[in-house]
Amino acid sequence: MNDFLKISGLCAQIDDNGTPKEILRGLDLEVPKGQIHAIMGPNGSGKSTLSYVLAGREDYEVTGGSAEFLGEDLLALEPEERAALGVFLAFQAPIELPGVNNANFLRTAVNAVRRARKEDELDAVGFLKAVRAETKHLHMSDEMLKRNVNVGFSGGEKKRNEVLQMRMLRPKFAILDETDSGLDIDALRIVAEGVNSLRGPDFSALIITHHQRLLDYIKPDRVHVMAKGKIIHSGGGEVALALEAQGYQQYLEAVA
Amino acid sequence: MSGATAISPAIESFLSRAHQGEARILLELQGLPQRRLEAWRYTPLRDLDKTGFAAPDAVSVDEARALLARLAPEALEGHRIVFVNGVAIAALTSLPDTVEVTDLSVPLLADRPLSVLNNAIQQQGIALRVAADVDAGQIALVSLVTNGDQVSTHLAHQITLDTGAKLTLLDIQSGEGAYLANPSLTVSVAEKAHLTHLRVQQDSLEATNLALVNARIAEHGTYDSFTLTLGAKLSRHEVLAHLGGKHAIVHVNAAQLLAGSQHADLTSVITHAAPDCNSRQTVKNVLMDAGHGVFQGKIYVDRIAQKTDGYQMNQALLLSEKAQIDSKPELEIYADDVKCSHGATVGALDDEQLFYLRARGIPHAEARAILVRAFLLDALALVTDEAAYALLDRRVDAWWQKREA
Amino acid sequence: MPAVTETREAVETLGQSTYKWGFETDIEMEFAPKGLSEETIRFISARKQEPEWMLDWRLQAFRAWQSMEEPSWQKPEYPAIDYQDAFYFAEPKSKPGPKSLEEVDPELLRTYEKLGIPLHEQAILAGVEGAGEQEARLPVAVDAVFDSVSVVTTFRKTLEEAGVIFCPISDAIREHPELVKRYLGSVVPVSDNFFAALNSAVFTDGSFVYVPEGVKCPMELSTYFRINARNTGQFERTLIICEDRATVSYLEGCTAPMRDENQLHAAVVELVAMNDAKIKYSTVQNWYPGDENGKGGIYNFVTKRGACRGRNAKISWTQVETGSAITWKYPSCILAGEGSVGEFYSVAVTNNRQQADTGTKMIHLAPNTRSTIIAKTISAGHSDSTYRGLVRMMPKARGARNFTQCDSLLIGDQCGAHTVPYIENRNMTARVEHEATTSKISEDQLFYCRSRGLSEEDAVGLIVNGFCKDVLKELPMEFAVEAQKLLQLSLEGSVG
Repeated sequence: MNDFLKISGLCAQIDDNGTPKEILRGLDLEVPKGQIHAIMGPNGSGKSTLSYVLAGREDYEVTGGSAEFLGEDLLALEPEERAALGVFLAFQAPIELPGVNNANFLRTAVNAVRRARKEDELDAVGFLKAVRAETKHLHMSDEMLKRNVNVGFSGGEKKRNEVLQMRMLRPKFAILDETDSGLDIDALRIVAEGVNSLRGPDFSALIITHHQRLLDYIKPDRVHVMAKGKIIHSGGGEVALALEAQGYQQYLEAVA
Repeated sequence: MSGATAISPAIESFLSRAHQGEARILLELQGLPQRRLEAWRYTPLRDLDKTGFAAPDAVSVDEARALLARLAPEALEGHRIVFVNGVAIAALTSLPDTVEVTDLSVPLLADRPLSVLNNAIQQQGIALRVAADVDAGQIALVSLVTNGDQVSTHLAHQITLDTGAKLTLLDIQSGEGAYLANPSLTVSVAEKAHLTHLRVQQDSLEATNLALVNARIAEHGTYDSFTLTLGAKLSRHEVLAHLGGKHAIVHVNAAQLLAGSQHADLTSVITHAAPDCNSRQTVKNVLMDAGHGVFQGKIYVDRIAQKTDGYQMNQALLLSEKAQIDSKPELEIYADDVKCSHGATVGALDDEQLFYLRARGIPHAEARAILVRAFLLDALALVTDEAAYALLDRRVDAWWQKREA
Repeated sequence: MPAVTETREAVETLGQSTYKWGFETDIEMEFAPKGLSEETIRFISARKQEPEWMLDWRLQAFRAWQSMEEPSWQKPEYPAIDYQDAFYFAEPKSKPGPKSLEEVDPELLRTYEKLGIPLHEQAILAGVEGAGEQEARLPVAVDAVFDSVSVVTTFRKTLEEAGVIFCPISDAIREHPELVKRYLGSVVPVSDNFFAALNSAVFTDGSFVYVPEGVKCPMELSTYFRINARNTGQFERTLIICEDRATVSYLEGCTAPMRDENQLHAAVVELVAMNDAKIKYSTVQNWYPGDENGKGGIYNFVTKRGACRGRNAKISWTQVETGSAITWKYPSCILAGEGSVGEFYSVAVTNNRQQADTGTKMIHLAPNTRSTIIAKTISAGHSDSTYRGLVRMMPKARGARNFTQCDSLLIGDQCGAHTVPYIENRNMTARVEHEATTSKISEDQLFYCRSRGLSEEDAVGLIVNGFCKDVLKELPMEFAVEAQKLLQLSLEGSVG
């Protein structure tokens, strides 16, 4: 039985200028330990909402269902508690933090997570050593550590920075929201390499994408098709190929 | 009228100065500024008008020394001038031989209530002059008040930089009790001279601080100021800067951090009276509890001041339901070939940024602190001197720790 | 409006002046006794056959006015106005009572014809076969106000069928007293300010619009104001009410003859929008601005305010201000309904000795209210132009938003451009953003245009229109074309 990530009947809505708008309508999904799953779906199917709800964004109101992660009620946790537990959301559009130094930000995050995990905090030297090892691995310059978080970063640099954070925070479960960025091959490759480098029995990921192309670089264990706030079909890697060839219509008709 | 009579107990005991008689008449006629006066609409002095103030008691040198260590430890080292309760403490004062002490001659600005008040009840002050092409380094000007209930101080200082001279003035104001501090600083920056004015106002939270800076800057001269406002129940920092020669530069930057029911007002009037001058203002407000921030900034560009480059940015971060901000960034422009802009933003912390930090595992309070510090950094970063930056940063940090605790 | 017929000859017949609306209509007028007293007010009220309550209301306003001081905080300076040395009521003599087009003095019709305001419904509707350049126009219902009175209101019948009331306010006072009583002074109280109180005491005419629940007004409504008589103040009063889900677009245009003395125009406009109602109010203000030495011209001291009383109500002000010696007005929005929206789009052009102090007030009272302010100020000659605006977020305005953009353009080095925003925030979840810039037309831009064959004036016109684009696009199509021409005309002689 799966005790890693189990989502049942998840419903969530957003406040649309005073009127609640339902986006997730009873979503079921399981991701076992050590597996990489992909979610594909047309625009507006609720893919990004799912990632935000799992990471704990406050503007989404969960109105039903549950999400358990490692036996804990994920939805009851604060965003930082989820991060400490090992959930990592790679943002589709990483947020800019003017005035916040990138290295300082990363160290604060790493130590906050270590503290929560009852691990020793890294001192400046230890941190720099660890981060330098990662930046080297990612072919990033030290320069990027000196700049403000994501401010003035190119698309590729932002993705690299997200991957750097992911590797430094050592999540158990990463959610990669790549809905709209599927067009930039370089960005895709950076993300894919980041995920592949962490692939192993203790790392799971959920890749949210609009295009099949990302899945050329990351081979998912399972592919789910999402529409209208639900998973409407699940299968192996062949689903992605079928989608690429024939579009979503086949699955939409099947549910209709 | 009531304003003047309330203050009059203090008047009698002070030395008469050049403009004192005229200033006292003006004070009698006008009283303290009230809401109907446009320049004071957000900071009326109605409560002050009802309070009587007396002259403060003198303190011993030992008391003064202890006070200095407690309230302005940054000035324990290096050159300094120390005023306690409106009186210069010679034993604690040490000036470099690069500066000359001259006679004080403070102008009376009849249309500026703070100048009128300061002149009407003028106490001591110091006038410093730095000779041509001399770099006088840093001097701390420390103004402290102790046993301050219902007393007022009205110090008047003057800084004159001759051609090519340089000085950093570290201006620290602090104290204990429910006093009124009403200092004035008259600045004259000659050709190619450069004055850096770092002002830390951390008066007692029961006190009122009404400060006026009147600066005139000549060709290629620079008046570069940064004010950190942390103290006083009610404060106003009014800066009048007159750019009178080509390529003169003025910076009026500030950070106001307010909590409780503090009210702080930064008002500036930058007059571009010569071509090719440059003025920059970045003012940040961090408002907690029922803190009330006010920014009134005016850039006035005279007809002859072509190629003026003027910029004004006022931002406020509201961290509580009861916090409030009033902002009036004003442009008055009579020359056509100018580049002037201003901006103002007011709002709470950005939810997306907060979420991003928390999604990386940083707890809520810490995430908030990071964002507030980042917000302030824009303004603090304008202080280029590392030691000065560190000083301001320490005070900000201590302030924040105390509020968050 | 303001269908201004674009004939070069018209300008030329007016000699050197570029103000081509400056002719005078020779028509016999009847005046109230000169000066301002209770007697004047009783005279006006009686002439308009007003009910008792209306007279009481006016007298109350007059008493309030007597105790008020003329404001002095504004930037424009003007010589003291002698309120006893003016007429407060002037009316074309020949016109008896309610009117149809046939009864209107032909001299008046010719005046409006000359101004380009089509009052003949038939002619407008038949436009296709008829008169050349007017053919593309959609029908617009017009209320024409000549000095103190409304001379004709077109398309009343068509509008009545849709349930829309569009008539002179003096008719509304008699025919729809319950509506007038309920709303008049509810947005701008009689003692709101000096000039509003004066208007409340002596207003003579103006338009009344009532759009009932769910009705989308089938055509643009328009009022055309004309000051003709000498020494006469014009004090019109406009009241527009949109019930739930009702929509209306209203246009206002104004001109006056060229005269050496100054004339006072102190209007009050009140708008009320209920749930999901939308009111769009557009003004092209082209009162006589005085000559190049600042002699003569209209003092345009106007109070305009709209109240969004219902949920998601929307009030949008668009103004193109090119005329008047002094313009002093702040069309405002009180956003009292949750989710309601206020907009202010303004172009103010001053030339010669003109002075303008204009802007808006956005008062956010309710949650999730939104406002947008786009103000473009252009100063030329020896003129002075000020944007003055207030954005106030009250404690209950959770999640409210404002965005303000003010840009000033200076043409020549003898003019002034000023920006005075007031930003007051009492709610941490409300967000206010303000940006302002001041610039001039760059030599590079001018040179580029001229090297492509444009004359300097055309180049300036082009650049100015580009500068104002964000505002002009908010005007109803036909107005926008007029406004563009007007901008160019207003700036004539400002370069070189």
